[in-house]
Amino acid sequence: MKPAASLLAFTTLSGLGLGLLVFLSLGLPPVSGWGAFAFFAISFLLAGGGLSISALHLGRPERALKAFREWRTSWLSREAWASVTALGLTGLYALPLLFDGPRLWPIGILAAAACIATVMCTGSIYAALRAVPRWHHWSTPAMFVAYAVTGGALLAGQVTMAMALLAATGIAQFLAWRTGDARVARRFGTRNTATGLHGHVRLFERPHTGENYVTEEMVFVVARKHATKLRSIALVLAFALPLVLLALPFSHLLGVAAVLSHAAGVVVARWLFFAEAEHVVGLYYGR
Amino acid sequence: MTDLPETTERKLGLVIDLDICVGCHACVTACKGWNTENYGAPLADDDAYGEEPVGAFLNRVHSFEVTPESGPAQLVHFPRSCLHCDDAPCVTVCPTGASWKRAEDGIVLVNEDECIGCGLCAWACPYGAREMDPSAQVMKKCTLCVDRIDNENLDPIDREPACVRTCPTGARHFGDLGDPESAVSQLVEERGGMDLMPEQGTKPVNKYLPPRPKDEEIDVLAPLLAPVADEPRGFLGWLDKALERMG
Ligand code: SF4
Ligand code: SF4
Ligand code: SF4
Repeated sequence: MKPAASLLAFTTLSGLGLGLLVFLSLGLPPVSGWGAFAFFAISFLLAGGGLSISALHLGRPERALKAFREWRTSWLSREAWASVTALGLTGLYALPLLFDGPRLWPIGILAAAACIATVMCTGSIYAALRAVPRWHHWSTPAMFVAYAVTGGALLAGQVTMAMALLAATGIAQFLAWRTGDARVARRFGTRNTATGLHGHVRLFERPHTGENYVTEEMVFVVARKHATKLRSIALVLAFALPLVLLALPFSHLLGVAAVLSHAAGVVVARWLFFAEAEHVVGLYYGR
Repeated sequence: MTDLPETTERKLGLVIDLDICVGCHACVTACKGWNTENYGAPLADDDAYGEEPVGAFLNRVHSFEVTPESGPAQLVHFPRSCLHCDDAPCVTVCPTGASWKRAEDGIVLVNEDECIGCGLCAWACPYGAREMDPSAQVMKKCTLCVDRIDNENLDPIDREPACVRTCPTGARHFGDLGDPESAVSQLVEERGGMDLMPEQGTKPVNKYLPPRPKDEEIDVLAPLLAPVADEPRGFLGWLDKALERMG
């Protein structure tokens, strides 16, 4: 699938922002006053910014509000509801804190749950697509949540928890890649099932000499040959390097470096998430 | 409303005969023409006369080379368009309700005024049957020419999809695949019509008729045509010998 810049930016930024909001809503760290202002501003910029970038992906962004309608069947619609709920609840929770007011625990807990639910919905949009066997699995939303919570712990400065999550998510990502490869080998149809024809089927001629919407969006094959290298880079940047930086004696500079390295690694991993995902329509185009 | 209807009264669809199709792309052109001039946003082309033309089409014809276990390779032309699936994943993923399946005849349609152009339905379709219009930025797909089949002002002969009406070889058939007595259902029955990518669980309504097996032997009469004499006799025998002698 085409790794559109708007989708990379949206999933990475909103994941980090919502992850941070999970921790802030649970009082980790227990910020208030100006500290609360700074933390909540950063998280709202990331989450809200990411979500508004997602509107850029739409052909008709001016109609975006219609996306709230079909929550009964569509994960994209559920994501819209969940994100509005999450931002609303976290806002409600943050407001008294800014003025050194009380910490509304019940709202905080609900807000954290809504943030996680939003990320789960994002992952489920992809997992629901049977036509993309690499995505069509419960591990897709699970990994989205794991990434968000890991990044959130890092941004919230929860060093011990961040270290544990970095290690766990890194290993989970490695396993997810391996099982994803196996799933594609097992579940992808063949040119025989795609055409119903028997014998050896080979594409003799495409229907069109140039590209079209389908080949551009879904038959994206560039750079798949570098996948192993890019996977290693993603693991090092997103997990290994931040782990090492956190293990060193604490300094704010190292903390910032760990966050930046993690964010860069997440972008690489997200790029792979899209670029490596093969759509079964490729079978009609000679895959 | 993106819930799928539990059942549809009729199941209108196409039956495409891969034995007959000659890959002329007339159906592609007829489709593009009709759907540009009639209902909905016209099917646009970008950079139509430039270096990299791209445009929205609702029907595409691939050509495959098929080599059987034994015997020579064959060329099979393969028109690909929306199959109007009974269990259409493109409908349920739509966040706005723009993508829907008509309960009375099972046609899968897009309400272009409600479409936000998110592209998710095109991702959900295993068959690549949906294309975003490059200028209107709304999703386009085969409508089975609803504006022909529903149009009482047209001659009865024209009240079928433009691709079917135009196909010069009769490789495309249109009808109710939910009625086992219909001509299309009979054809599917007789010729062993098949589903594309059954493993995707979409339950396509459109069916494809496989190419007929090619004859292995020339004819039942062929043995009677076998040469009666291995050695030439008579005039031919004399000629054969005479030429031989000349060395
Ligand atoms: S062929 Fe594709 S677009 Fe048509 S109904 Fe089936 S899934 Fe939807
Ligand atoms: S592109 Fe339009 S029809 Fe398709 S899922 Fe999005 S809103 Fe629905
Ligand atoms: S018009 Fe008929 S013969 Fe020509 S490509 Fe289309 S289906 Fe095949």
